Amino acid sequence: MMARQLFLILFAAPLAATILSTALRHPRVAEYATVTAAIIDLVVSVPLVLQTLQGTIIFWHSYIRIDALGTWVILCISIVYALSSIYAVGYMRLLDEEERLPLFYALFSGFAFTMLAACVMNNVGVFWIAIELTTLISTFLVGFEREAESTEAAWKYIVVVSGGITLALLGTVLFYWGGSFVLGPRYAMTWAALHTSAPHVYQPLLLISFLLVLVGYGTKAGLAPMHTWLPDAHSESPAPVSAMLSGALLNASMLGIARFLGVVSGASVNRFAHTAMVVFGIFSFVLAALFIVRQTGVKRLMAYSSVEHIGVQALGLGFGGVLGVAGTFYHMLNHSMNKSLMFFGAGNAMRAYGTKEISGIRHVLKTFPVSGTLWLVGAVGIAGAPPFALFLSEFTILRAGIAGPYRWAAMLFVVFLIVVFIGFLAHFRAMYFDEIPDQQAPQVRRLPWIVWRTLPMWLAFLPILVLGLWWPHGLWDVFLKISLQMTGGGQ
Amino acid sequence: MFLAHLNSLQASIFSSLAIVSLLLTFVMLGSHWLRNYVYAFAVQSWLIAALSAAVGYFAGYPELYVIAVLTALFRGLVLPYLLMRIVDRLHVKREIHAVLQPSSSLVIGALLVMFAFVIANHMSPQTTSAAHVVVLALTIMLSMKLIGFLMLSVRDEAVSQILGLLVLENGIFLGSQILVPGMPLLIEIVILFDLLIVVACFGMLVRFLVVHAGTTSSRQLNRLVG
Repeated sequence: MMARQLFLILFAAPLAATILSTALRHPRVAEYATVTAAIIDLVVSVPLVLQTLQGTIIFWHSYIRIDALGTWVILCISIVYALSSIYAVGYMRLLDEEERLPLFYALFSGFAFTMLAACVMNNVGVFWIAIELTTLISTFLVGFEREAESTEAAWKYIVVVSGGITLALLGTVLFYWGGSFVLGPRYAMTWAALHTSAPHVYQPLLLISFLLVLVGYGTKAGLAPMHTWLPDAHSESPAPVSAMLSGALLNASMLGIARFLGVVSGASVNRFAHTAMVVFGIFSFVLAALFIVRQTGVKRLMAYSSVEHIGVQALGLGFGGVLGVAGTFYHMLNHSMNKSLMFFGAGNAMRAYGTKEISGIRHVLKTFPVSGTLWLVGAVGIAGAPPFALFLSEFTILRAGIAGPYRWAAMLFVVFLIVVFIGFLAHFRAMYFDEIPDQQAPQVRRLPWIVWRTLPMWLAFLPILVLGLWWPHGLWDVFLKISLQMTGGGQ
Repeated sequence: MFLAHLNSLQASIFSSLAIVSLLLTFVMLGSHWLRNYVYAFAVQSWLIAALSAAVGYFAGYPELYVIAVLTALFRGLVLPYLLMRIVDRLHVKREIHAVLQPSSSLVIGALLVMFAFVIANHMSPQTTSAAHVVVLALTIMLSMKLIGFLMLSVRDEAVSQILGLLVLENGIFLGSQILVPGMPLLIEIVILFDLLIVVACFGMLVRFLVVHAGTTSSRQLNRLVG
């Protein structure tokens, strides 16, 4: 059983990093343990994806499920975990919090562990618990800097998200109740069981259950109008944590939504479920576009961009079909890397200029010739311009939309893509090329440990460029498998 | 499905336990005093434990006794104790700037229960026997959910917000005991422990709030906008 060994390594690595960081309480050991664990996870996750092409693997009394959908998200999470733990080495040392660094890395790896765990859960209830645990751990990462703002953000985060996630629990219980009419009063609460029972459940009940789950996990994924915690939490946490929240955590919650969409795919409410996805998706997209245009904080800009891209993914799932699903999961990968790059750049700029405001950051290229260029090019990429990967995935989702019954949403999508492009890049034009108002030249700090912070930016940038020019054919096999799984349920 | 063979005695035991729990939610809604919230929550948890035991006895799920004991222990004793400690340490005895007066929030709470009833009536499959207990359980589940969200939105104090979240969860627990008593044991136990961690996290955060933000009222948390 090759997959089982890979699975064990995948979880042992971050766990070991957490234990080492807490036990030895040595900042350097904690740093290197985390980086090592993250790289091991990245190396392990690729063959894990390949394994699932042979078929889904279920073990441990069917509590663990390793399938194409889950391993794809594991791959995205591992990439962000690796990139941001390398960046964290160079970034967290700037905060002058040496004695609390081991705690930070312990929480950081624990956070990665819970997110990875959510991806392999075959039991719907345990999946909910895993998602809840990600909130609890990441709250302390959000509030790590212990300023008034970050404490406020942490509080809002935990209250809004825990409140929202209870709706998902209610939805899960109702799904189980609906299934008990078909499968008898007690049965294993697996995705496959819910999928088999869904077509025979009283449909209004199924619909309400789905909507509750969508709103619940949608809160965690940052779909508008449940996104209110997101800009605060993403902007106030340390930059590597922002990257993890945006690039990894949103994917894990999106996985829950995708799985539930798969559960109802055989039932007659399927069409309505897709419409709900499209409506939430387009609403998030439009709202985020408007906030991007008028944004003044640099990390809040990135946070709203996350709301936008989660909206795009919801749209892709809502449009459905092989194209829609392929576009969504390609977008998930590309967004994970590109958004990490953006948060790393924002972290550099914030530390060097000592401000969170866009208006305080000027002439970035003079301060950061190399990483500044990467950040600028990344901004062009995240705004959806070719030749970068996000262009390809957004274009695929658009094709799915034009071909399907939601052409109105596809049209709106195009219009607001242009708004986002102009709005997002206008801020970057200001930061790079605007003159400094009056004579106050910003106080620029020279920052040490520059290699640790530039290397992950390169590592994020190169795949975005490559994947934008060339869509590897092997990826289609993965996406076909995922799409088949979402419509065919458990197998 | 044990609801199919429910006799009138069992039906009335379940219904009255559920209804009294809902009334306790109104006690929380109608009071200013943080202590009262905690007491009402503790009593509600004991009622839910009693309900678990009753369902376990009548429907023949012996593992529900374990759930009942754990519920009484954790939600009925440990959580209220932890909450009381937070209340004592904060020196905040009551909601000072409630957005809504208790009387008006009671009226809104009543409207929410009616709304929950309409939804519950629509979503319960009409073919089931003992439909009235099913509709009642769904109504109470949804209305505790809605009232919990009402408490979250009109109350400012950190402790009230934690209690609002706990009421949200109590509603689900109560409903699920009646609707799906066969739900796997493991999940319910893990959710109970999970709650304990939730409250511990909240306790730590409240301390951070006092030290770093200088307040426990969410009304003062207004630095981050836009």
